[in-house]
Formats: sequence, structure tokens, C-alpha cells
Amino acid sequence: MLSEYLFRLGDDRLILGHRTSEWCGHGPILEEDIALANTALDLIGQANLFLELAGQVEGKGRTADALAYFREGVEFRNAQIMELPRGDFAFTTARQFLVSVFELLHLDRLQSSKHTDLAGIAAKAVKETRYHARHAADWMLKLGDGTAESHQRLQSAVDDLWRFTGELFEVDEIERALTAEGIAVDRGALRAQWRDEVSRVLTAATLTVPDDGFMQRGGREGKHTEHLGHLLAEMQIVARSFPGAEW
Amino acid sequence: MVNRVSAREQYWNAVGAVLDPEVPVLSVVDLGIVRDVREEDGVVVVDITPTYSGCPAMRVIEEDIRSALVNAGASAVRINTVFQPAWTTDWITPDARERLREYGIAPPTGSAAVGVELVPLMRRETVVACPRCGSRNTRLRSEFGSTACKAIYVCATCAEPFDYFKSI
Repeated sequence: MLSEYLFRLGDDRLILGHRTSEWCGHGPILEEDIALANTALDLIGQANLFLELAGQVEGKGRTADALAYFREGVEFRNAQIMELPRGDFAFTTARQFLVSVFELLHLDRLQSSKHTDLAGIAAKAVKETRYHARHAADWMLKLGDGTAESHQRLQSAVDDLWRFTGELFEVDEIERALTAEGIAVDRGALRAQWRDEVSRVLTAATLTVPDDGFMQRGGREGKHTEHLGHLLAEMQIVARSFPGAEW
Repeated sequence: MVNRVSAREQYWNAVGAVLDPEVPVLSVVDLGIVRDVREEDGVVVVDITPTYSGCPAMRVIEEDIRSALVNAGASAVRINTVFQPAWTTDWITPDARERLREYGIAPPTGSAAVGVELVPLMRRETVVACPRCGSRNTRLRSEFGSTACKAIYVCATCAEPFDYFKSI
């Protein structure tokens, strides 16, 4: 089901974009505040494109806004890594890095999708993601190979996040069928390269690459951590308080 | 009676006069945002392509294009968003690049083509000349600037910070 795949693509970006936007006005330095706000804007912009397409494909007349603001938590299809609280700057950096490297590989292949609109959105998003990945990698090096404090915080963040990375590569029947049709990308096939790229940066940043152990999962089926509900409450309240309002 | 070709030209000219709200020395045609302008059954159809996915200027641009066409005599306007080929700064003309520089924004350098390395650990620094004093002794401060399309640089010669229109 194409709409289901598009919800996953859109929700990953919407939820991570919202989390990242929470840094606006709270960045450690002005330049970083701007960088985080720009990254959030890119992600929410991409979410808008994917969800708008999801709504069209679904055919129930739901716009991107309707999907973002009027669905319940169990209807969201993002991977759980996206919804985790922003934590400290090390945590935000580590998540952005791990996710961006995955997205870079993912979107790069999605550009060749047989679905023209999907390919077009991916071709745009991959350029933005390249900046996100590079920016996050810069900070991985600075913080990992920085002070004892920054090193320790970043290593803890990577260790805490690792068990949420498995879900990024999960393939189910829906995606297997769409991949066979040349529409979706086989996420599972990206794992080895992702691990190589991530390991290369972690090692250069004097960090330890965690071992793959238990992996958290369920986001694609609407099973989420307790954090998503709180995020949605904040994200959706204005739209739900004033339905149909425009400005 | 106005013939079809000149009407089309007239609409192109009208759209060509619409300036980017955030970079008001460049028109939406200079930037390569407008991909096509044509008439279909009495409706003026404009194909536009977004610069960045989340660029907040895109909606303003759509509205500005619409009113420019109505003022040029169009009775109905349809704005069509196309995604392929994806927008690239390579489409910005040399003349438009020069206007950017005069305005105080360093134009994109080189081609947007990407390197082979996925996440480069050692960055090949792009040399960006200061739009004020022309010095090439400048330093990247941040790849994210006041808008999605700009990075922040600082000139070591004249000590001024400046915007660089990112190559993408």
C-alpha cells in the first residue's frame, strides 16, 4: 500500500522536524540555533510534500495538514527514534547524525523510484539531507574528539540511541511488495553501508561503535514510546482548538 | 487581436518581473523557479519548482506570480508545482550571479555536483570571495544562515560577515 509507505516517510520527517524545532531559541550558540531551525524547516517541508502525496494516494481527501494535526498517536507511522525527547545537544546531534546518514542512503536510491512524484521529492530532499549529514558529522567530530565531558555525553547518546536504529532498516510485506514494483527502496539492503559510514565517523571522533543488541521496534505499526503523545499534544493543540483556522 | 505567441511572451515578461521576496535583486525566472509559462484553454499555467522543501517564500512567490499575471491580463491562472528535475543553483545565470554579488550575497561557486564521499570527514573548503572587498581570504562560519539557501561566511580581510548563496 503506497499510502502506508508515504505515511512512514512523511511521519519520520514531521516528528523529527518538530523535535528539532524545539531547539529554536535554545541553541547553544546563535549559529547553531539557526542551523537547527533550518534543519527543522527542511524536515517539516519534506514531511509536507510526502504527506500531501500520501493524502492524494489515499484518496480520502485528507491534506498534509489534516494528516499532521488530526491523527491520533496510534495512527502515526514514524520510527520511534524520531520521537525521543531532544535531550541535550549531544543527543540531538547523535540522532541527527545517525538518521541523516540513513536518509542520505535511502533518498539517494529513492530518486530512482518508478513513482515520478516520489522520485522528485526524494531528489530535492537528498540535497538538503546532505547538508544535515555533513553538519551533524562535523559536530560528531568536535564533540567526540573534544573535552572529556563532551566525549562522554556523546558516547552515552550514541549508546542510548543505538537500540532505536534497527527500526530504520525494517522491511515488512508492504515495503517488500513496493520494492518489487520499483517504487520503494529496500531499507534492509542499506544497513551494511550505513554501518560503515557511521563507524567511520564514530571512529574518527574517538567514539566506540556500539554492538547490535536488542532493537526497539513498533513505530511502523503505531506502537510508540510514551513521548509521542506529549509531542502531539503540543504540535496539534492550535489546529485542534481552532479547526479550519488560517493565517 | 493579440496573437498567441506575443501573449505568451507578455505572460513570461510579467512573471519575469516577480522578485524573490528574500533576495529582491533576483526574479523568480533568474532563480530558475519558473520552469514554464503557457496557455491552456484560456488558463495561464505556470510550472514552478520549489527551491528548498521548506522554503517559506514559496507561497508568497505563488501569490506574487498570480497577481502579476492577472495584472498582465490573464483571466485565470493555475500554478503547477513540478519536482523534476530538482532545482539547482546551477540554473542561476551569470548575470544574476553578478547582481547577487552587488547586493552583498556571494553567489554560488562551481557546480552543485556532489563528491563521491558520502559524509566527507575532511571538507574541501569552497573558496568564496567576499562580495564587499573581493578578498578570497574568507572563512565558513556556518552552513546554515538567515534563510535555507544561505551560509554564513566571514571575510578575514575586511572583517565583515556575509551571506553565501549555497551551491545545491
